[in-house]
Amino acid sequence: MKNENNAAAKWTANILMLLISLVVIFPIVALLISSFQPSANLMRQGISFNVNWSEMSFNNYNYIFTSAPQYWTWYTNSVIISGLTIVLSLFFSSMVGYALAVYEFKGKNLFFVFVLLILMIPFEILMLPLYQMMVSWGITDSYIAVVLPLIVAPVAVFFFRQYAGGLPLELMDAARIDGSTEYGIFFKIMLPLMGPSLAAMAILQGLASWNNFLWPLLVIRSNNMFTLPIGLATLLTPYGNNYDVLIAGSVLTFVPIVILFIFFQKYFVEGLTSGGVKG
Amino acid sequence: MSATQSLSSKNQNKNKFFSFLNSKKVVPYIFVSPFILSFLVLTLYPATQGIIMSFQEILPGQVKFVGMDNYSRVFNPNFFTALKNTSIYVLLTVLILTILPMLFAILLDSKYVKYKTLFRASLFIPALTSTIVGGMIFRLMFSEADSSVANQIVNFLGVESVDWRYNAWSAMFLMVLLASWRWIGVNLLYYLAALQNISNELYEAAEIDGANSFQKLRFITIPHLKPITVFVSSITIINGFRMFEESFVFWETSSPGNIGLTIVGYIYQQGIGQNNMGFGAAIGVVLMLIIFVISMVYLALTGTFSKEGK
Repeated sequence: MKNENNAAAKWTANILMLLISLVVIFPIVALLISSFQPSANLMRQGISFNVNWSEMSFNNYNYIFTSAPQYWTWYTNSVIISGLTIVLSLFFSSMVGYALAVYEFKGKNLFFVFVLLILMIPFEILMLPLYQMMVSWGITDSYIAVVLPLIVAPVAVFFFRQYAGGLPLELMDAARIDGSTEYGIFFKIMLPLMGPSLAAMAILQGLASWNNFLWPLLVIRSNNMFTLPIGLATLLTPYGNNYDVLIAGSVLTFVPIVILFIFFQKYFVEGLTSGGVKG
Repeated sequence: MSATQSLSSKNQNKNKFFSFLNSKKVVPYIFVSPFILSFLVLTLYPATQGIIMSFQEILPGQVKFVGMDNYSRVFNPNFFTALKNTSIYVLLTVLILTILPMLFAILLDSKYVKYKTLFRASLFIPALTSTIVGGMIFRLMFSEADSSVANQIVNFLGVESVDWRYNAWSAMFLMVLLASWRWIGVNLLYYLAALQNISNELYEAAEIDGANSFQKLRFITIPHLKPITVFVSSITIINGFRMFEESFVFWETSSPGNIGLTIVGYIYQQGIGQNNMGFGAAIGVVLMLIIFVISMVYLALTGTFSKEGK
């Protein structure tokens, strides 16, 4: 009797979980299938359960790879901006997190309060003054304008501080005896040991930047400087005629993320759950 | 390590300045300084500037101090529409994004479910999409055409097709659905981590005392999930008040009858669209106060402060 109950529970739980998972990934699968469908119909009819399988073709992808240079400009912009964001924000925040974890110095607690303070200020209140600053510095419509606000990454500082606190500090003393400088210790010994935390934060910052929308929408004006989300959003109008680029282009935005996800799944989980508050 | 060897030989002829830079008193400040600099320039300055701007009228080439003028105009019908939409959105997302991930996590963590990694990964995938791409898919699935997935479902249930983007209730439904879909996997991970931290001994002890599964859930699992629930719901509240993209992707900056207008959308509309920066800044300050007050009230109500001050 007990075994029968258990088997029934097992079946119910697994089928329930399967149904939930199917519902959640349905939109992604629908996008994938739709990207092989004639795009003009798609905009008129929406995504439908009745898929006309005989109409499946690579036309949208052919078009985007051969005749949509604009899309690839956006793609390049997004790659450069995400790359810059990762490098700069990780560089700044790993040094702070490390210093807060391994050194004793005056004002240490005050610095930590700063970090807390940044976490509490919503970006939305900074956005208009920041925009005004970028205008007065004459750098709107540039990579650096998009990247700047993202390099102050309090979540990453927290994360690195936590991680650096668990490093073997005896190594530092050993290196000092060998005559290494404090900077040498950080860059050559400790930073490599922080590898996993760097990977997690690179993914958090990279994803935040890759999908960032509101701020680039403010500071970017010209089509040639658009990032992918901004560019795709401009195609999302009822009067457009670039639906092939929109639909296949949306699928292609996943490519770098999926590749990284397959190799670094563990760091995605760490990165995204440490993120909490977006942006 | 050869790198340290070469450094040590360099150290032979170090000068005074260098040893000053390398002293343990100075090094931490050097490590901290780039961040502090960026904090001052990119956070503290704009934050104070934002407050100052909210008392100004900013026109090209001339800035005028107007006292409380912006604030007296903030509380107008459009702002209240934005506040109402945002509040409903926050309430619904908080309910959905705490209850569902908690239930799914308990189910996924139970000994009954196989293929845990696969299920977990598929619930997590939407978190990797941008709101724009996710929103575009939902726009196509909820298109007003009879042939769209959503209308096929409601037709099947015997209801007439819906103009999803043009009714107040369905507009809210779309925004909440999009946000819930994108965040459910992340919150699920928080709950799974919390479940793993509950000691097995507690369950074993309960079993010895003759507790059934429901009692174990009610008296062990749920109480132990309280801290993570407070965390998850707080970040959902804050993210909810900051919502913008979930509305933008469906209607851009103007929705019919403002059914999709949010507070941040209103800041954007006024500050950037109308180039009314002072007024936009004032809405921003009001938003910050709202978030601050609600977070404090919420944390006080859930007893976060009373627990050994963490």
